[in-house]
Amino acid sequence: MSTYTASLLADVGILTLGALSVYVILATGQLSLGNAGFMAIGAYLASYLTVVAGVPLTSALVIAALCSGIIGVMIGFPALRLKGIFLAMATLGFGEMIRSLFLNLEITGGAGGFHGMAHVSVTYVWIWVGLILVLVWLMESSRAWLEMRAVADDETAANLIGLNTTMTKIGAFGMSAAVAAVSGGLFAHHHVYIEPGNFGFERSIDFVLAVILGGSTIGAGSLVGAALLVLLPEQLRALDDWRPAAFGALLIIVLLIRRQGILDRSLLRRFTFRKQAA
Amino acid sequence: MLLQQLVNGVTLGAVYTLLALSFSIVMGILGILNLAIAELFMIGGYLGFAVITAHLSLPVAVAAGMAGAAAISAVIEKIGYEPLRDAPLVTPMLSTLGFSIILQNIATNMWGSDPLQLPDEFLGGRIALGPVSIGELQLIVIGVTIVLVAVMAYIVQRTSMGRALRAVAENRDVARLLGVSGSRITLTAFMMSGALAGAAGVLIAIHYAAITPYVGVEIGLKAIAVMVIGGTSRIWGALLAGPLIGIAEVLTVAYGGSQIRDFVVYGFMIAILLFRPQGLLGGSGADQGQRV
Repeated sequence: MSTYTASLLADVGILTLGALSVYVILATGQLSLGNAGFMAIGAYLASYLTVVAGVPLTSALVIAALCSGIIGVMIGFPALRLKGIFLAMATLGFGEMIRSLFLNLEITGGAGGFHGMAHVSVTYVWIWVGLILVLVWLMESSRAWLEMRAVADDETAANLIGLNTTMTKIGAFGMSAAVAAVSGGLFAHHHVYIEPGNFGFERSIDFVLAVILGGSTIGAGSLVGAALLVLLPEQLRALDDWRPAAFGALLIIVLLIRRQGILDRSLLRRFTFRKQAA
Repeated sequence: MLLQQLVNGVTLGAVYTLLALSFSIVMGILGILNLAIAELFMIGGYLGFAVITAHLSLPVAVAAGMAGAAAISAVIEKIGYEPLRDAPLVTPMLSTLGFSIILQNIATNMWGSDPLQLPDEFLGGRIALGPVSIGELQLIVIGVTIVLVAVMAYIVQRTSMGRALRAVAENRDVARLLGVSGSRITLTAFMMSGALAGAAGVLIAIHYAAITPYVGVEIGLKAIAVMVIGGTSRIWGALLAGPLIGIAEVLTVAYGGSQIRDFVVYGFMIAILLFRPQGLLGGSGADQGQRV
């Protein structure tokens, strides 16, 4: 595998995790436009741990995920008083604040960025992606997931039948923050250099795009969306300067003709059925 | 020095006000975040820039920016919003994002990614008022903003079209039962919003005497914060919040360093969302927002 292919594959993996972090929140009916903020926390914390404190990478990633998850829960308490587009705007503000914070934080290099991380292979990235995909897949068939869907469908009704909707939403928020942090830690150790500009609004939007394009009703959709988002611009190389425009147009077309995203349960069932028949 | 900073802050705030109103019209009436507004603002700026450097008068430049942005906004509404009206709120938001990617790409390819500078001959003189000096262009920015806001206020409050807009904002279905054409009002809202964004773009080009394809992302996102701070349910909150944020921003840059500017603005926005979600000027019982 050439370095170029490996790098693309690693990017797909990292984006898949970012997309999954949005997917988990979306499952409770809330939209986050600030997950790049949690990604930044994970990236900087994991890098600081491996470079300055000499912690092994895997432990650093776990610690970063836990810390970010706790921050997510702490932010979730006040933020989840807000709903819908207001929560989305608050998370947007959170993401920009975190970026601005790292821009001013001298111990992590400020605007100059942070480096010194050891490069990790694409295989290591995908082990994490695989683990978290399995975790999400297991969650999707759990009771907790049903409660999350209930909150998404009708929060008042979910409350009335005795579900603790606040805890469900905060739990989802915390898990989302943890997954985004892993994505950030892997990003930092794959690209071996990070700067606050890596974790801006565009990154948060990429996560949301991957989920919506790939399919927001099923975890594997994030994988499809991430692959599309990373690999498609490479395929559009012939268009040269007009690549972004072609991509934007394609995005609009997909939303118009298949708004549930490319992958949904009925499509997946058809695929698995065909495989069984063959 | 402080007075001078205040004047600069108010000028920047005037642009924020227009842009926040632009976001607010679509948000207030349709409940969606139109992310393409940031790029309509940028395109408006380039159009106005082109007119000014062609030695045409300033009103023509503002009109060109407004007309161009309104026309593009109408296209966005027809392709990107109307077919997705009944989809979850994220979907039309992302389709407007698709348009903003396209618009930014067009601008980079047409005008390059380097900033374009307004030649000195267009800069105009400065007027000294005691210790403060105001650029003629700064006065124009503030003046145009006041005129546009007044026109907007008149349209929304006094005309039958404005009444229809407010009716649809209140309850789309009931408004339609009463004979208001929902789709026509939606188109009107998008075009008005586009026109304001375009005008704001021309004004920012005049204010900075320069324009880049990235001005939309830089200023546009912050206009969302201004809209929230002013209150999404009350369009006029932007009149207070725009200058407020403009001044706060200029003061942080002058006395605290440019790096913490964004931190202050977004921190303020989150505080408002948490403690006063109806915004500074909002009434009680503001809409808490729909599910996405």
